[in-house]
Amino acid sequence: MSKNNDSIDKGTEAGNRSANAAAVAGTGPSVRGAAAHPRLKELGFSLKRLIKNPLTIIGLVIILFFVFLAAFAPILAPPPRPFDPFLMPHNGWQIQPSPPSAEAPLGTLPSQYDILYGVIWGTRNAFRIGIAVVAANLLVGVLLGSLAGYFGGIFDEIIMRIADIFYAIPILVMSMALVVAMGRGLKSIVFALIILGWPTYTRVIRSEILVIRDMDYIQAARASGSSHLRILMKHILPNSIFSVIIVGSMRIGVTVIIAAALSFLGLGSDTGYADWGQMVSTCRNWIVGPADNRLAYWYVVFIPGFVIALFVLGWNLLGDAIRDVFDPKMRRR
Amino acid sequence: MSLFNYILRRLLFMVLVLFGVSILVFGVLMLIPPGMRVAAYVTSEKIPPNQIEAMIEAYGLNDPAPVQYFRWLGNIFRGDFGFSATAEAPVVQGFKTYFPTTLELVLFSAPLVILVGIWFGTAGAVNKDKPVDHGIRLFAIIGYSLPTFWLGLLLLMFFYGYLGIFPPGTLSNEGKDVIFSPEWNRITGLLTIDGILNWRWEIVWDALYHLMLPTINLIILSSALIMRLMRSSMLEAMGQDYIRTALAKGADRKTLYYLHARRNAMLPVITISGILLAGMLAGMVITETIFTRKGIGWWMARAALQLDVPAIMFNVLFLGIVFVVINLIVDLVYAAIDPRIRLG
Repeated sequence: MSKNNDSIDKGTEAGNRSANAAAVAGTGPSVRGAAAHPRLKELGFSLKRLIKNPLTIIGLVIILFFVFLAAFAPILAPPPRPFDPFLMPHNGWQIQPSPPSAEAPLGTLPSQYDILYGVIWGTRNAFRIGIAVVAANLLVGVLLGSLAGYFGGIFDEIIMRIADIFYAIPILVMSMALVVAMGRGLKSIVFALIILGWPTYTRVIRSEILVIRDMDYIQAARASGSSHLRILMKHILPNSIFSVIIVGSMRIGVTVIIAAALSFLGLGSDTGYADWGQMVSTCRNWIVGPADNRLAYWYVVFIPGFVIALFVLGWNLLGDAIRDVFDPKMRRR
Repeated sequence: MSLFNYILRRLLFMVLVLFGVSILVFGVLMLIPPGMRVAAYVTSEKIPPNQIEAMIEAYGLNDPAPVQYFRWLGNIFRGDFGFSATAEAPVVQGFKTYFPTTLELVLFSAPLVILVGIWFGTAGAVNKDKPVDHGIRLFAIIGYSLPTFWLGLLLLMFFYGYLGIFPPGTLSNEGKDVIFSPEWNRITGLLTIDGILNWRWEIVWDALYHLMLPTINLIILSSALIMRLMRSSMLEAMGQDYIRTALAKGADRKTLYYLHARRNAMLPVITISGILLAGMLAGMVITETIFTRKGIGWWMARAALQLDVPAIMFNVLFLGIVFVVINLIVDLVYAAIDPRIRLG
C-alpha cells in the first residue's frame, strides 16, 4: 500500500505535465488513465494520507459521534419544553446528586438535572460556540491579514501593531474582563472570544501572503491589468487560505476549552442551562463523597468534563492530521 | 545592527505596546456603566447609594473618554488603582497579599514543567516511531486536550477525596496557626522561603505538601507544549549533516544526541518557555480556583463574579505587562544566544 503511494507521489508531477500537454494538444483523456484532474488527484492523495493514520480515524469518529449527538438531539433527548430545549429538565429540587438509574442513565447533577440530557444538548452548544467564534475570527483575520500583507505600508503597520497589542494580554484573562464588562452569559463569552481571537489568523495569513505577493505569477497578473481585488481573490487567497484553515481547525478545541473555563468560573449561563462548562462548575462541591464511599459522586465530576475533553481531543487529533496532510511542508514526509 | 541598538529598538517597541495595552484595558473599562466604575475611586469599604451620583460627578466619570483616559493613566502612575471590594483593601495592598502565593506555585512548577517537557520530547525524538515515542505523543495530545479545571477536580477527587492526601489550600490549620502567630516573620510572602528564613521546617514541608497536586496538574497540562516542540526540534537537529558526519566517523550515538543535538534543539524551547510561563500565570485563574490557593488568579476569579472592577483591571494590566516583559526578555536572550537574529 505504501509503495503504491510512493509511486503516485513521484508520478504526480509527471502526470500533471502529461495532463496539461494533453489539454493543450486538444486530445482526449491523458495517457495515464487515473489522471482525471490534478486537483482531484491531489485530493485523493490527501484522503488516502488521512485515512492511513489511526489517530485521525479516532479523531474523525469522535467528531462524527458529536455531530450525530447534536443533529439528533431532539430525538435522543426529547426536550420537555420544545421552545427552550437548552434548559435541562429536572425531577425535583433535591440538592444531592442521584447516581445513574433507569430514569437518568448517567445520573443527575445537584438539583436533579439530568446529566445525559445536558451532555446531548450541550453538544449543540459546544458546536455553536466553537464554530461561531472560529468562523468570525477567520473572517476578520483573513480580511485584515490580507490587507496588511498585500498592500503593506501604513495598512500593515497599523493592523499589525494593533494585533501586537491584542497579543500582549492573555486571552483567558482579557475575555474575563470583557465578559464582566458586557454582563455575564454565553453570548458575552462568544462576543469576547470573537473580539480577541483574530490576531492569530491575521499573523498567519499575512506571513503567507508576504511570500506569495512577490512571486512572478502575481507580477504577471498585475502587469496584465488585473485589479487588486481580482489578484487577491483569484491568485493569492486560494494559495494561502489553507494555512489559516488549518489553524482554525486546531483552534476549535482551544476555543471550546476557554469558553468552558469561563463558564466554569461562573461567567457563563445560569445553572440548569445545557452547557458543559457550567455543568462542571456545579460539581465543585461534590468532589468528596460521604465517609463510607468517598467516590460516591464520581459521575457528577467525571462525565461533563470527560465530554469536554473528548470533544477537544477529537478536534485536536483532526487538526493535527489536517496539518500533516494539507500543509505542503509536512505533506510529502 | 549592534546589540545595543537592538535592545533600544525593542524597549521603544515595548513602551508602545504597553501604551496600546493601557488603551485597550481602558476601552473595556469604559464599557462598564459609571455607577459601577465609581468603585475604582472609593477608598473606604462602603458608599451610601445616595452619594453615587455625586461621586460620579466629582470624579468626572461622565466626561469625554480622552479626558478620563489621561486622568486614569495619571492615577495609575501614582500607584492609585482604587479599592478592591473582594480584597477589602486598596488594590495594591491586595496584590501584595495575594501575589506571593501565585509566584510560589509558578516558581515551583515551571522548572519541573520545562524539564519534563524537554526530557520527554528528547526521548520521543531519539526513539522515533517506537512505542516510547507513540506513548509520549499520545500523552502530549491528551495533555493538550484536557480542560485544566477537569483534570484538577479529578486529581482532587482521587488524591484528596479517595486517598485522603494532598488537600487543597496552601497550608494545614496548624500551619495557619503558626503563620498568623506573632513570632512569624512574613518576609517574602512565599511560604517555603519564609519557612526556611524563620527556621520552621514544618511550614516548608506543609507548604510543599500542598503544592504537590497543583504542580502535578500543571505538569500534565503544560509540558505537552514543550514536549511537542522539543520532539520536532530534536528530530530536525538529529537530521543535520554534522550529526550524520559524526555518526559516520563512529562517534557515540548517545553523546551525540544528548549532548550535541539536544543543545542545538533547545533554542526554540527557550522562546516557548517564556510564553509558557506567561500562560501559566494567566491559567492561575483556573488552577488557583480549583485548589483554593489564594493567589492573584483566585482573587481575579472572585473579583469577576462580584464585579470588583478595580481588581480585574489591575490584574489584566499586570498580566499584560508581564507578558510584554517576558517576551522582551525572551527576544533578548534569543539574540544573545543566536547572533543571526540581530543581523536579520
